[in-house]
Amino acid sequence: MSAILDGFSWALLILGGFICVSGAIGMHRFPDFFSRMHAASVTDTLGGTLVLMGLMLQTDGQYLVLVKLILVLLFILITSPTGSHALAKAALHGGLRPKLGSKQDEKDADVLNNFGHQPTSDTDSRSFNTDNKE
Amino acid sequence: MFLAAAIAILVAMVLALLRAFIGPTIYDRILSVNVFGTKTVLFIAILGFLMGRPEFLDIAIVYALINFIAMIAILRFFEYKKAEPSPAESEEQS
Repeated sequence: MSAILDGFSWALLILGGFICVSGAIGMHRFPDFFSRMHAASVTDTLGGTLVLMGLMLQTDGQYLVLVKLILVLLFILITSPTGSHALAKAALHGGLRPKLGSKQDEKDADVLNNFGHQPTSDTDSRSFNTDNKE
Repeated sequence: MFLAAAIAILVAMVLALLRAFIGPTIYDRILSVNVFGTKTVLFIAILGFLMGRPEFLDIAIVYALINFIAMIAILRFFEYKKAEPSPAESEEQS
């Protein structure tokens, strides 16, 4: 029984480490800020939960250590998506716009500028399209 | 087994720091600092099991709290600022 739990914990730790490294590589390979943020935040949450669940199988009946690990896992699960959402909102207010795929998308209606848009700061009306709304 | 996970998390931390150095905008730097903080929490937890001292988990909890509060504070500061400083600000110093 102990060998099975050890193997399962080993697999969880290795998988969590691999997912963390893949997210860090994705921070370098994507061209846009929003895609980089997506890769980093998703792999942060999943890799952290996998590594902490692998550590939970190693506690050997020490319930205080198990409770502390559950606290760390709950905190990471709550705060990492919250921080990513706040960061994306701050980047949109700061004037960054995601790179759309082709020039046909630029000719279409800009969703961010026409989606019931009420400017809340002086940088909100700025966009990368220089032609005016007709 | 713990050593392999610790080495993987260290490699991820090094890549996040590189993104923090070469980030084009300030939001890239904030993102990489957030990733670095989360990986630091995981690394402290793994080190506690590696050295046989589970008291390190208290430090991990405190570090997670400090990381979240620092990130929210920095975003409050930069939310309604422009992403790049305007060239008029650099000309005002002359």
